[in-house]
Amino acid sequence: MKKFIGFVKKEFYHIFRDKRSLFILFGMPVAQILLFGFAISNEINNVDIAILDKADDKNSKEIIVNLKASKYFNVLDYLQSEKEIETAFQKGKVKAVVTFDQDFARNLQRPKTSKLQIITDATNPNVANTITNYINSIVVKYQMVNLQQDPPPQLVQSESRMFFNPALESVYMFVPGVMTVILMLVSAMMTSISITREKEVGTMEILLVSPLKPSTVIAGKVVPYIFLSLINAIVIVLLSVFVFQMPIMGSLFWLSIESLLFIVTSLSLGILISTLSSTQQTAMMISLMGLMLPTILLSGFIFPIESMPYPLQLISHIIPAKWFIIIIKSIMLKGVGFSFFWKETLILVVMTIFLLGLSIKKYKIRLA
Amino acid sequence: METTIKATNLTKSFGDFTAVDKLNFEVEKGEIFGFLGANGAGKTTAMKMLIGISKPTAGDAMVANYKVSTQADLVKKNIGYMSQKFALYDDLNIKENIQFFGGIYGLNAKTLQQKYQQVVENLGLENYVKQLVKNLPLGLKQKLAFSVALLHQPKVVFLDEPTGGVDPITRRQFWELIYEAADRGTTIFVTTHYMDEAEYCDRISMMVDGKIKALDTPKALKKEFGAETLNEVFLNLAR
Amino acid sequence: MQVSLQISDISKSFKDLKALKHISLEVRENELFGLIGPDGAGKTTLFRILASLLLPDEGQANVAGFDVIKDYKQLRKNIGYMPGKFSLYQDLTVEENLNFFATIFNSSIEENYDLIKDIYVQIEPFKKRKAGDLSGGMKQKLALSCALIHKPKVLFLDEPTTGVDPVSRNEFWGMLKKLQKKGITIFVSTPYMDEAALCDRIAFINQGEILQVDTPSAIVKNFAKQVLNIQTPSIYKALRVLGSYQHTHSIYPFGESLHYMDSRKDFDWNEVLNHLKNEEIKDVEGELISPEIEDVFMELSRN
Repeated sequence: MKKFIGFVKKEFYHIFRDKRSLFILFGMPVAQILLFGFAISNEINNVDIAILDKADDKNSKEIIVNLKASKYFNVLDYLQSEKEIETAFQKGKVKAVVTFDQDFARNLQRPKTSKLQIITDATNPNVANTITNYINSIVVKYQMVNLQQDPPPQLVQSESRMFFNPALESVYMFVPGVMTVILMLVSAMMTSISITREKEVGTMEILLVSPLKPSTVIAGKVVPYIFLSLINAIVIVLLSVFVFQMPIMGSLFWLSIESLLFIVTSLSLGILISTLSSTQQTAMMISLMGLMLPTILLSGFIFPIESMPYPLQLISHIIPAKWFIIIIKSIMLKGVGFSFFWKETLILVVMTIFLLGLSIKKYKIRLA
Repeated sequence: METTIKATNLTKSFGDFTAVDKLNFEVEKGEIFGFLGANGAGKTTAMKMLIGISKPTAGDAMVANYKVSTQADLVKKNIGYMSQKFALYDDLNIKENIQFFGGIYGLNAKTLQQKYQQVVENLGLENYVKQLVKNLPLGLKQKLAFSVALLHQPKVVFLDEPTGGVDPITRRQFWELIYEAADRGTTIFVTTHYMDEAEYCDRISMMVDGKIKALDTPKALKKEFGAETLNEVFLNLAR
Repeated sequence: MQVSLQISDISKSFKDLKALKHISLEVRENELFGLIGPDGAGKTTLFRILASLLLPDEGQANVAGFDVIKDYKQLRKNIGYMPGKFSLYQDLTVEENLNFFATIFNSSIEENYDLIKDIYVQIEPFKKRKAGDLSGGMKQKLALSCALIHKPKVLFLDEPTTGVDPVSRNEFWGMLKKLQKKGITIFVSTPYMDEAALCDRIAFINQGEILQVDTPSAIVKNFAKQVLNIQTPSIYKALRVLGSYQHTHSIYPFGESLHYMDSRKDFDWNEVLNHLKNEEIKDVEGELISPEIEDVFMELSRN
């Protein structure tokens, strides 16, 4: 036990004396959360649009006022004819053009006729889609409010409600993802680098000839990072709660337990990487290419797994991050209990045991 | 006799610390000059000034007829440098190394081809021309590195611990090359703390705490300190 | 005399490279034994096998009574090992390094203080300094202290003096002699021929083969060839002349002189000097000398 404590102490010296890794450890989570929260977002705000109002009547003007009043749109230009639409897009200034038919007011009373046309710049299809939806909802709202005195139109109004994230705040989507990526990065990359560093400097030789057991070396390497990763997880949660007002619906207890589990999974991956590589550089490359990219791309963090080609969907099953994201989304956003994510938890547990076993077995008691 | 290196009060300070303290010495054309000192005695700092990559804070030195303080670029053009730690690119072959290093000094393609053939012939490298340099035996690699440092016919060649740890036979073969170059008029400046390298020099200087404490032929130094070996001389001075 | 280190018929290859070829060697208890050979001779590979860090392809070895393969756990408790590059934690202070290595060996600085005292007092003034900021000589002392902290029976030092200046080298050998008096068997490797004389016995190693094992004095005494020491101001010319002389067995520069060996069994060395004079080499002087360790090594590695 004394050996183990001595080892852990030494690891903390390493960590706290290396300014660069300290920065990665604590600067990165903050930077990433803020970046994803503020800059990279799926929402639209202040989108420039143009109007082609051939009706020029009371209704169309009121709708235009409503569009202007919303925080989403900014009417940049009024066009005179259809010809101008294409040039407006080509200039790239506007993302959408809203056109009103000449007999807009009259058609508004009749079901199933086109009332207004939304033309969007689909170079970014996601954004185009969102814009269409937003304009639609503004128009529908106008219809419902202003045409109340008239008998309600016969059309069936489709209405959508966003569950779990009613305001469609994208930061809610990113927090679980960022947390996953950061825990993976800190745990896997930092441990693998710290073990390979000992190989590079030559101290591993001395550790090997010492009476230290492989399990003590591995545990000694892992424990400090469990601790640091937990701090990271807490920082991320606090940031998202206090900076982005994100509610945590489920139990904090389960959030901690599941985070701890995922940290251990990532750490065992890190150890496995370090047994495969002999230099810090290789360890870093493997961590980045082999762990970070799949974690970001295939875990459902950014791209929905359901819309991936089937082979990629299969691959996503073996990515621990995928299961962890499902779990923490359940806890943070849905607020459901353990009975809803025990399967995912079990998958992570099995993965961890497998990885740990493999890396202890692979850990060499001699030099290669 | 022509002087190729002349240091006059050559000094380098870092803040309060004077790493090199008023060095004065001359090295003649074709001489093999050993520059010795313990770790941290200021040897490396002094050599960096002589090869034009570090500016003296006071004093100056003439190397190959140029001032290191103001004409560093011209100094660099007229000297060669080889260290045991880095000398050649391991993942290039002999020709590619020669083309690269010769190219740095502005040798044209025709000259490079001639030099390449010369080097291969002189060192008997015919069997290795297709190989990467990393596959050459250590002895040949070092000889090749030395020949590469001489490609542009520099007036002075600086060698940084050229043969430390090398087996005795290879080391001697290497020194034969050095003798030969010196015989042709190249000045050889060797920095080392291996006494067995120092023994081969015409004259040696010993640096202690930034100053040159002794400068003479190995024989005269041994006599002066009543010592059997240069090692003893060195120990005497450093204490 | 008891045997502390027994190496029998050890071979080891890395891909195409035969690093060790059927090495056999015995080191006695409490001996200061030197393994002398240039870079790439196989010294480090042999050390790693003896420290149970590498498995030999063939052969067996015993250190302090423990088999390097089967009893590696016991063996590791009883040896001290200092690898070629001083393997210290550069970002830890002198004291932290020492404490760490003491802890992992279940020991403490206090427990074996008298063993490391002589060495440690020299670096103690710098105990708050990071190992990375120490000079070569200091690092070497710290590394030695770390290797000794658990009072090993056998101490393996792989090129402890490489890259260290002569003053520190000299001090280091002084420390080894003292450690030897305290009953530790020391197995040390070095590329420096001049350090051979400081060992009780030495083994020459070159290209994975042991060339000779004996005491330094016996090695010199039993050398069969005569060595002619030639001095002249024109060393290079003399070297070239003798390089093509018909009776030359070998001619090597040794600092300011040349060492010449003749291919004939008996030879009149004046004849050699006259040959030089005839080739217009001035101020030639010569005398027969007893060979140096290096002469012997070169002669052996030529064959």
